[in-house]
Amino acid sequence: MPDILKIENLHVAVAGKPILKGVDLEIRRGQTHALMGPNGSGKSTLGLAIMGHPGYEATAGGITLNGDELLDMEADERARRGIFMAFQRPLSIPGVKMSDFLRHATTNVRNPDRKEGEELIPMREFRKELKAKMGRLQMDTEFARRYVNDGFSGGEMKRAEILQLAMLQPKFAILDETDSGLDADAVRLASQSIAEIGREKMGLLIITHHDKLLEHNPPDFAHVMLGGRIVETGGTELAEELHSQGYERIREKYPEADADNQQMVAKDAVTNM
Amino acid sequence: MTQATLTPGFTKEAFDAFLSARNEPDWLIDRRRSAWKLFCEQDLPGRSDEEWMRTDIRLFKLDSFGIPGELQGAIEVPTPLLTAGVDLGGQGTSFNGQTVEYSVGQKWADQGVLFGDLAQLAVEHSELLRPYLMKRAFDSAADKFSALHGACWSNGTLLYVPSGVAVDEPFHTLSALANGGVDLGHLLVILEEGSEATLLTETANTGSVAGGFHCGATEIIVGPKAHLRYVSLQNWDQRVWHFSREKVAVDGDASLQWTMGALGSRLAKVNQHVELTGAGAQVQVNGTMFTEGRQHLSYHTRQHHVAPNCRSDFLYKAALQDKSRTVWRGMIKVDLEAQKTDGYQRNDNLLLSSQARADAIPGLEIEADDVRCTHGSTTSRVDDEMIFYAQSRGFTREEAIRMIVTGFFQQIFDRISIESVRESLGMAIARRVREYE
Repeated sequence: MPDILKIENLHVAVAGKPILKGVDLEIRRGQTHALMGPNGSGKSTLGLAIMGHPGYEATAGGITLNGDELLDMEADERARRGIFMAFQRPLSIPGVKMSDFLRHATTNVRNPDRKEGEELIPMREFRKELKAKMGRLQMDTEFARRYVNDGFSGGEMKRAEILQLAMLQPKFAILDETDSGLDADAVRLASQSIAEIGREKMGLLIITHHDKLLEHNPPDFAHVMLGGRIVETGGTELAEELHSQGYERIREKYPEADADNQQMVAKDAVTNM
Repeated sequence: MTQATLTPGFTKEAFDAFLSARNEPDWLIDRRRSAWKLFCEQDLPGRSDEEWMRTDIRLFKLDSFGIPGELQGAIEVPTPLLTAGVDLGGQGTSFNGQTVEYSVGQKWADQGVLFGDLAQLAVEHSELLRPYLMKRAFDSAADKFSALHGACWSNGTLLYVPSGVAVDEPFHTLSALANGGVDLGHLLVILEEGSEATLLTETANTGSVAGGFHCGATEIIVGPKAHLRYVSLQNWDQRVWHFSREKVAVDGDASLQWTMGALGSRLAKVNQHVELTGAGAQVQVNGTMFTEGRQHLSYHTRQHHVAPNCRSDFLYKAALQDKSRTVWRGMIKVDLEAQKTDGYQRNDNLLLSSQARADAIPGLEIEADDVRCTHGSTTSRVDDEMIFYAQSRGFTREEAIRMIVTGFFQQIFDRISIESVRESLGMAIARRVREYE
């Protein structure tokens, strides 16, 4: 029985403002799902809600991993259960070296019962693994000594996110716009890394505007999000259609969701001003 | 229970009795008497004084303390934090304002190094200390606290390193307070030309009753081409009133690296003053503060460039928890003659609660025209997004905050070249990081 990440009728509000309005999605370990949709449709919100961002409040519905409710868990517990998210905009942590950060993270995720202060995984072993995985992403070893995402270029940050994915080997990974900011070569390397971890070993939810990552990681399912709902689900052909023809057909077919979406984008524009 | 006898109140009778019990040279007695006069002539500073505007000492009752007397009973000395795994060149301990013991390595004593009880050495080496003690880098007239210190300091440490002697083992002192005691300790360091030394000092409380009064002063003279590394850790308990005047004079082509850790005290008012008096002097001062509860730490720094071609670099970082507060007021003063000065000052604050507050007031006063002086300050909060990011990688919330705070101080830790100091300071800070509201 493969691991199952199940999202049922999920409603999420941010600062009291409803964003997700009833999302259903089931991902099995070994499947690749593409999540597409215009700006402001709620794709990142879904990712952050699954990961457990405290600012994203689930007002109805649930997210379960093999039947266990994730909404009751803090983000770190979800990470220890095997959930991972590659961030669209990773945070920098000045003064904390990438290698120290990753050693601690890897230890916690691999030993989910570890208490603070208990041993970290042995340095030699860790360094060897880290070096090998950095090599495959063609990252300079100097990278490990730099502070977490501090002064990284957009592309470096995204590579660093993939490196973390490779080290943490989660059951389910959400890749939020990981391909934006990466050139074609870097996308290929990132995809190779994902292939090495083994797509069959992970449930992948790839959030994307582009088809770069999807080219290398053809999805089993493609979902279209509009106005905080998944309005359509298909296979690779749907992803291809959306990429080549845009969202016109979807918008016309689901006018209510489209109206919601436009309202959400407009509100965003006001708050961002 | 251990205790130094103490007559409450700094009275004329107490001062006279104190002086007559000491067998000090006339010049020192004179200096004490003139300080006493200054003490009697003025009030405690108030909020109309610029340096005290943000530091309220109305709850401080000077009369409930007095001049430290003889030690009685058993003495409990806390375990030092800075010395783990370090071979020391000498060690000294004081307790409630009285010397407990000093020791100095024979090989250093043989080379003329003096390290020990200042009161005793001022008698034995009167002429050597006369140009310096309570004179070169100390001014009793600064305020009532410095006057009190100048008149009544009861114990202290002397480190004297003769010309050309390089001491490669650190000296260490531990000053302990217990049961509401008083510490008026004085530190005098003299490095003669071309000498080198490292000094570690720390303070701590022991016993079951918290609190006390520390009114101290530090005078450091770094001679030409001499090099001093100085680490001071202030770790009083959170009921101690802590007042300190600290001044260093650095001569030509000499260097000072001063690392200061301030963790303790209820209220601290500290003046740190570095004077670059000879061309080519180099000074680096690293300050770390971690406050919690209702602690109030006020640090006033002054980097005074008297001579040309000197460099001073002051970096202060504070992390504040609960309702604590820090005040940092920095000044770079460059005299007309001090051309080619390179001066830098910076204060970064990290607020760990919404009720903590950090005030940063940088300042420049420049008379020379060919200088490079930069200053800056930042105050920020622990970023919730940063915490979430770390949590998404399996860090617990507490681990994440501890890591972020440690990262905040890393820039200073990177500058500390003594491993035991780096580790003990890092651990002392990490231990205190609690749940972030």
